[in-house]
Amino acid sequence: MLRFEDQIIPLDSWINQFIDWLVEGYRWFFQAIKWPVEFTLTGFETGLLAVPPLVVILVFVAIAWKSSGFRLALFTAITLVLIGLLGLWEDTMITLAMVFSSVFFCVLAGIPLGIWAGRSDRFEAIIRPCLDAMQTTPAFVYLVPIVMLFSIGNVAGVLATIVFALPPLIRLTSLGLRQVHPELVEAGFALGATNWQVLRKVQIPLALPTIMAGLNQTIMMALSMVVIAALIGAGGLGSPVILGLNTMDIGQATIGGLAIVLMAIILDRITQSMSHKNNTQGGD
Amino acid sequence: MDIITVKNLYKVFGADPAKGLALVKAGNSKEEIYEQTGLTVGVQDASFTVAKGEIFVVMGLSGSGKSTLVRMLNRLIEPTAGEVWVDGDNVLTMNRDQLVKFRRSKTSMVFQSFALMPHLNVLDNVCFGLELDGMPRPQREERGMDALKQVGLEGWEKAAPGELSGGMQQRVGLARGLAMDPDILLMDEAFSALDPLIRSEMQDELLKLQDRHERTIVFISHDLDEALRIGDRIAIMEGGRVVQVGSPEEILQNPADDYVRAFFRGVDPTGVISAGDIVRDNQPKVIWHTPEGSPRATLELLNNQDREFGYVVGSDRKFYGVVSTDSLRDLLEAKNGKGNIEQAFLEAATPVQEGECLQDILPQVASHLWPIPVVDENNLYQGVVSKNRFLRTLYRAGNDNGNGNDLDQ
Ligand SMILES: Nc1ncnc2c1ncn2[C@@H]1O[C@H](COP(=O)(O)OP(=O)(O)OP(=O)(O)O)[C@@H](O)[C@H]1O
Ligand SMILES: [Mg+2]
Repeated sequence: MLRFEDQIIPLDSWINQFIDWLVEGYRWFFQAIKWPVEFTLTGFETGLLAVPPLVVILVFVAIAWKSSGFRLALFTAITLVLIGLLGLWEDTMITLAMVFSSVFFCVLAGIPLGIWAGRSDRFEAIIRPCLDAMQTTPAFVYLVPIVMLFSIGNVAGVLATIVFALPPLIRLTSLGLRQVHPELVEAGFALGATNWQVLRKVQIPLALPTIMAGLNQTIMMALSMVVIAALIGAGGLGSPVILGLNTMDIGQATIGGLAIVLMAIILDRITQSMSHKNNTQGGD
Repeated sequence: MDIITVKNLYKVFGADPAKGLALVKAGNSKEEIYEQTGLTVGVQDASFTVAKGEIFVVMGLSGSGKSTLVRMLNRLIEPTAGEVWVDGDNVLTMNRDQLVKFRRSKTSMVFQSFALMPHLNVLDNVCFGLELDGMPRPQREERGMDALKQVGLEGWEKAAPGELSGGMQQRVGLARGLAMDPDILLMDEAFSALDPLIRSEMQDELLKLQDRHERTIVFISHDLDEALRIGDRIAIMEGGRVVQVGSPEEILQNPADDYVRAFFRGVDPTGVISAGDIVRDNQPKVIWHTPEGSPRATLELLNNQDREFGYVVGSDRKFYGVVSTDSLRDLLEAKNGKGNIEQAFLEAATPVQEGECLQDILPQVASHLWPIPVVDENNLYQGVVSKNRFLRTLYRAGNDNGNGNDLDQ
């Protein structure tokens, strides 16, 4: 009779053994991944925290003004001051540092991969299922191995964020390149362009609005990972939310959530108007 | 001198071109090969030459392989087999760098859909090829402005291509090609997207440019009138094959097969066939030996042959005039059997040049009783064009049912 009182298949301990083996045997590999992420993250973090808040606010307001206009600039100023008054300044800067670092690595990996996918049907066919998997797998599933391999903390949070936020940038870069009218590419070659020149002077400029839309999505998704990343010990605006939920401190959870939403609005508007600007410059 | 030589050029599209190539060479038709293997034969066994400075028109129905053929000349499409020689260089053995250099220096291309870069203004579009070649901005803009002037678009250099009409956009496309100062201009249905009025304006423009600066132009078209209008020679394609190459007159007069003939059905041949093409030397010639000529002997001759008109030429075949039995009789009566043959010349009987097309000589042919004398540029008598022959030519070209010419008197 099956009573299932004892564990028959010790899969969990096998996995633990496997992870141990992986960490022991390939420490250099994980260090090689971890080190640049850590370096970038601390760079952004110390930078943002070292500068007086007023300067940070002014920079953001200036960017908002330049990319969109007075209204967004005003909104940005009020929002950032409000966040400071709510006592969330430091958490917000840490969140921004994490978002910037993950977006930085997403751009570093995503644009070349997207270009490759846009120019090669075979690579597109290979990478598409990977992207599907990255986007559909619930974040909690890969949080576990990431924590096992990189231990808890901000770096693990950034790595999880990269996995989650990378796909739209690759997809939209590839799409942008594929949308360029083939006759324009042909014209480029006919006039004596090299492969590289066609990419740089025809395909990328024409794909830029789409690539920017991908960047916007990547930033939004990175921001949306903040709360989940806090589950694995990443700091920032996610931690008051998680902490508040754990201690039934609804007030604290709410102001954390509010700050996340406000930052999302600012970053979204800024990147959107940037991509619109590109759009009209290249407009026909 | 030939600038482009194409020898036995093939293009098979699909996964296994070599297999398709073997099948075509074994004599299978394009349709059979497609059914058996799914491979598309784009071009098969094309051979022709293009002379320096000529406008060479490639004509054929949709899908006959015109675009494929022209793209193999600069290897935008890689041929499956065959040879392409341009100016003594084998294009198909060039490596990537040589090919880029070849495209920058020898050829340029104009596209049906204009293919202007929407993110660049008109001037930058025109300078695009020069920029690729690394020419510094001041120089290339000077060249670009010059090219814009050639196509009549000065003042538009800062506009976005999208702001221009179709005709103007194609002028930009043309200027972009001209700015590179290529030896060879490849034009793939460059004017097909334009409405008829603008199209003929652009054709004129092209011919004018060609007058000023002779380039070799390979012009793809599916419009016969366009081909006849601008083409020095025409190649006709069918199902990937080049079925005939020749001057418009040659093709019109001797279509190689039914396909070509069908193509030309409904064309107005009067604009293409020249007097020299249909001239016949079958009228009585009167040689003017003595100063007076010999009116009486001439009249005798005409009466004997039962002809009404005589063509007076010098012993060097120079043409002098036309006499009729009536005019000779009048002269002899008035002068009592004497008189100079010159005085019997029909005043209205002026010759036409052999190069004049039927359209131009139509008024003369229609309004005079006598066959119209035809001379070459040295005024040497070539023969005549009779009403009968004129009409027969029209009839034949219009109905494509062959040899009516032997029935001429
Ligand atoms: N990239 C390609 N892959 C497969 N088949 C092709 C490709 N390009 C052209 N073909 C086929 O080759 C043949 C010739 O095409 P091509 O475009 O040269 O014709 P065309 O004479 O230029 O026609 P059109 O007047 O429509 O432009 C057609 O049957 C076409 O379907
Ligand atoms: Mg075509």
